[in-house]
Amino acid sequence: MPPILPNPPAATASGPLLSEDLAPSPIRDFLSKRGSGRIADNSFAAVMLLCALSIFAIVLFILSILIVRSHLSLAQFGWSFFTRSAWDPVSGDFGALPFIYGTLATSFLALLMAVPLALGVAIFLTELCPRVLRAPISFLTELLAAIPSVVYGLWAVFVLVPLMRDTIGPFLVKFFGWTTLFDGANFGVGLLTASMILAIMILPIISSLTRDIMNAVPNSQREAVLALGATRWEMIRIGVLRNSRIGIVGAVMLGLGRALGETMAVTMVIGNHPNISKSLFAPANTLASVIAGEFSEATSDMYLSALIEIGLALFLVTIVVNAIARLMVWAVTRNAPARVH
Amino acid sequence: MRIKSARRTAMNYLIGGLSILATVIVILPLIAILFYLIYKGASSLNLAFFTHIPAPVGEEGGGMANSIVGSGIVLLLASLMGIPIGIAAGVYLAEFGRGKPLGTAVRFTADVLNGVPSIVMGISIYSLIVIRQKHFSALAGGVALAIMMVPTITRTTEEMLALVPHAIREAALGLGVPKWRTAVSVSLRTASPGIITGCMLAFARVAGETAPLLFTAFGNSFWSFKLSEPIAALPLQIYVYAISPYDEWHRLAWAGALVLIVMIMVSVTLVRIFANRGALKGGS
Repeated sequence: MPPILPNPPAATASGPLLSEDLAPSPIRDFLSKRGSGRIADNSFAAVMLLCALSIFAIVLFILSILIVRSHLSLAQFGWSFFTRSAWDPVSGDFGALPFIYGTLATSFLALLMAVPLALGVAIFLTELCPRVLRAPISFLTELLAAIPSVVYGLWAVFVLVPLMRDTIGPFLVKFFGWTTLFDGANFGVGLLTASMILAIMILPIISSLTRDIMNAVPNSQREAVLALGATRWEMIRIGVLRNSRIGIVGAVMLGLGRALGETMAVTMVIGNHPNISKSLFAPANTLASVIAGEFSEATSDMYLSALIEIGLALFLVTIVVNAIARLMVWAVTRNAPARVH
Repeated sequence: MRIKSARRTAMNYLIGGLSILATVIVILPLIAILFYLIYKGASSLNLAFFTHIPAPVGEEGGGMANSIVGSGIVLLLASLMGIPIGIAAGVYLAEFGRGKPLGTAVRFTADVLNGVPSIVMGISIYSLIVIRQKHFSALAGGVALAIMMVPTITRTTEEMLALVPHAIREAALGLGVPKWRTAVSVSLRTASPGIITGCMLAFARVAGETAPLLFTAFGNSFWSFKLSEPIAALPLQIYVYAISPYDEWHRLAWAGALVLIVMIMVSVTLVRIFANRGALKGGS
């Protein structure tokens, strides 16, 4: 068979492979005629870079347009916007403190309910579950994450609210009324109902991330603790949870970030009243739900500007919370195979 | 002498029981919601639901055909805008941005952007497009959903491309294939099942979003096919009907929610099935 390439040229004094010494060949001709492809490579890379920069562009765009459109209320109220408790569209007096209270209260309660459950599910699925059941149950918990917010809200309005009003509310008043947290009329809608539906919604995120974090702990840790004579729970506590504390805090913060911004389900069951009250049955409003509920009724420029300023605050707070949470999760799962959440 | 005291053993069983209880408590609302949806919604699903527009208030019948079609139009717009940009950004991150600080910054920003509330996107696009044009439009709704899809698709594309073995890329580069051609014909093609599932996941996620459409697409009680007019969308219509005082509309809301959930569950399940069929076993 004839050689495809010519014999290599003999080494000369000035170097073995100067181009003028090489014998012509079809392959070499073809490759050198095609050029270096530098232009196509660079322009392709430039286009890809532009699209990647679009992510920054989106963030900057949102930030700038929210600041620009809320300049009226920024100028009028300044920082006191977030410390005052007024919300009077008629006279143009706005203060966002009730919504901050509503957001913090619902998120805190939701975390209180969701974190133990999510940890329990994560522990069950990673350590205790029989292998056969692992895929179906984890699929089911991820289906929970796929349900749209408005469907949760629909279910909450027609199922959770009557349940709250007729069953859970009286039960709580009877046994826990001494805490004065359950005073006041119970209409079914209010802080507690919103917190419950929020807890159901943030559960899948926290549990799925916690599972990833727990799986990222190397098996040697588990084996070492078991070798020292620990029970299974002690192995989980010492070998796994202790190593993944930071990551679990990050997962919880991601759940918090989702809870802070959750709009539709909360709007439908929180009662929509700008009001700070100790009672968990009281109607309230969150930053997101006041925007959803009142944006289309904002007739004056100042009203619209106040609502957009609330949106700006929400944007900044969720960015900070998410950034800290992602850093924590990344610190723990750095070397583990990646999964998008 | 027992090595493991009774207290430790009891604690072990207690925690085991509690975690099983937690799993049951978590699965219960899911099953409750699904069954309730089917129970309430299935009886209202008939041909009229899928072919008629909403009837005037107080009249029986009507359907949500315009919402389903409207959702389709807005989602198509969003996909046309969001998927190419997202995939391109993912290609940058995986092929050109590995190890560079810019790549890390883009990746981090995309993750953070994923967590921004959708209502903020809605009011931003309202301020950008709706105020300028002085009317609500399907286009504005499409743009709002597109900027929600971009970070998700970017991250999933990047992770699917990262799973492509370096040896394949190096083999192509070694044969003289230019870098851009390697990225397109070799890496993208190998990772394409995973990338497609990532796009379907992002699609399923924005299909159920209501908040961005509240002030952009706004909703419409009639048929609308023009991009410059307000358009109905399924989640939007469910929201409006759910908070209304009419029983007839509540019935339609349940049926619409059932349709929405079925569509989303079907896509999530398809994603699960196809994620394991591609050349690379991956996907979430």
